[in-house]
Amino acid sequence: MKIVLKDVVKEFDTFRAVRGVSLEIGSGQLVALLGPSGSGKTTILRTVAGLEFPDQGAIYFGDEDATDIPVRERGVGFVFQHYALFPHMTVGENIAFGMKVSKKARSKQEIHARVNDLLRLVKLEGLNNRFPSQISGGQRQRVALARALAVDPKVLLLDEPFGALDANVRHDLRRWLREIHDELGITTLFVTHDQEEALDLADRVVILDQGTIVQEGTPEEVCRKPASAFVMKFLGDTNRITATAKSGMVDIPGARLSASGLADGPVEVLARPGDLSWSFDGEGIPVSVLRVIDRPEGRRFLVRTDAGETLELDVPIDIRASSGDRGFVQVLRGNVYPR
Amino acid sequence: MPGFPLSLGITLFYVTLIIALPIGALIFKAASLGPEEYWRIVSSPRAVASYRVTILSALGATLTNLVFGLALAWVLVRYDFPGKRFVDAIVDLPFALPTSVAGIALTALFAQNSWLGSALASIGVTVVYTPLGIMIAMFFTSLPFVVRTVQPVLEDLDPALEEAAQSLGGSDWSIFRMVILPLLTPALLAGLSLSFARSLGEFGAVIFIAGNRPNSTEITSLLAFIRLEEYNYQAAAAIASTMLFAAFVMLAVTNFLQARALRYTARD
Repeated sequence: MKIVLKDVVKEFDTFRAVRGVSLEIGSGQLVALLGPSGSGKTTILRTVAGLEFPDQGAIYFGDEDATDIPVRERGVGFVFQHYALFPHMTVGENIAFGMKVSKKARSKQEIHARVNDLLRLVKLEGLNNRFPSQISGGQRQRVALARALAVDPKVLLLDEPFGALDANVRHDLRRWLREIHDELGITTLFVTHDQEEALDLADRVVILDQGTIVQEGTPEEVCRKPASAFVMKFLGDTNRITATAKSGMVDIPGARLSASGLADGPVEVLARPGDLSWSFDGEGIPVSVLRVIDRPEGRRFLVRTDAGETLELDVPIDIRASSGDRGFVQVLRGNVYPR
Repeated sequence: MPGFPLSLGITLFYVTLIIALPIGALIFKAASLGPEEYWRIVSSPRAVASYRVTILSALGATLTNLVFGLALAWVLVRYDFPGKRFVDAIVDLPFALPTSVAGIALTALFAQNSWLGSALASIGVTVVYTPLGIMIAMFFTSLPFVVRTVQPVLEDLDPALEEAAQSLGGSDWSIFRMVILPLLTPALLAGLSLSFARSLGEFGAVIFIAGNRPNSTEITSLLAFIRLEEYNYQAAAAIASTMLFAAFVMLAVTNFLQARALRYTARD
């Protein structure tokens, strides 16, 4: 089911949570709404669900105007941040709830069989009679998903689905959610503040800031061509080097970057830690090493330029230095934004 | 708090002094009667009639409390309306008011010659000097229990639970019945048992409105009091011991029901 948002505005008291968001989510896509807290991502998700109603704008499910359809008739599956499992019902009863309250009458056997199918889908066979307090966080998350899927939703909506879980469990559940999505092919929209999660999981990423979309695209597009300094900074570790643009070019020691389309004047050059390289002598920005950080995947230098800016760069693990050592940093790639 | 041995010592001392000692004295006094005499007193027609009117009125008052207390707690938690804080404060009034004052006020209100009493009389309802009056007095003094036990639980109820139920297609009624009510049950039972216990033991408010006719509107605690006035301490203790027994049974039953309702919180 295709979802279309047209100029959606939502205000709370005096706070504009969503300020004119238009978005099209293709049928069967897995899309992430990514943004810092207060960016309006959860409000957008709740508006799509029918848990909130927009003050302006419209929401279409396929060709149908769903703007005023209340949540219980909208046919969405919603997975809440803290799962919102019914604590007094067993896992099986939780999953069966939607079928029990449905207008469509189902026999006990029918419900029972469907519950077992769903438990198998989320790999929780045998936990039918446990209460939510008796299972782990990751298992609760999967029960919540099974419960949402039980009513055959047209659209699946997840609010910070992995927010409350350990890093390890989170990683596994991400892979697993992607598998389930590919198996069922259901249009899925999820909210996260974790860029890694969004990039890992989604077909398309919608980046939000202060209630507006600042960029949307595939993970490749947003990573390789960040539309603004905000997107660049939000997506990952970023180094900032101040410089000046002159006739479409920016000169920094050891590098010359294109600033096409930018007026002459002060700019900032943003570069990832992997886009900088290190040498003990030669060309580049003269720096002194502040700290060396060793990680399983590599080594990172924290350095300070003579102008007092702190930079982080990833170096091959055979390069050794200690704090106080002097050297040079070369900018291999960087994006230039006005400052 | 100071260390465990000291705090435990203080607590045990007070529990013994304030609760166990008087109850022990009561049982001792009643036991000094001998089984036959004891049984004769507690099963006398007048005593049995007092049990009946006390328990039935308390039951009626408590069940009314259950419905109105839940409704009141619901309104206070879920909605904003002008005067809400006033209503919230007034719920505690029966706690703060001396019960005899409540009794006099209710009697004055429902007396045959008052405007409300005469209006009710014209449709054939008499409140004063009837079990209905006893029930109203009990209802008045025990209403806060249900409200005050249910209110905090209702406030802490995660709104996401209801949203989840809605997103699964639940109607308001099915959500109330299948999600909210079961989660409120332990608190309702706690409020219920407190309210019932208070009603069983209510004295001050009841005796003004009840008329206290033996075998019809005489409550058990009044009968014990009358025996005491007659310097018949053993008979007073015997009658009081039946109330004590009733209180224990009721506590056991509600604890059992509460544990059942809270089964889901048990981990294995």
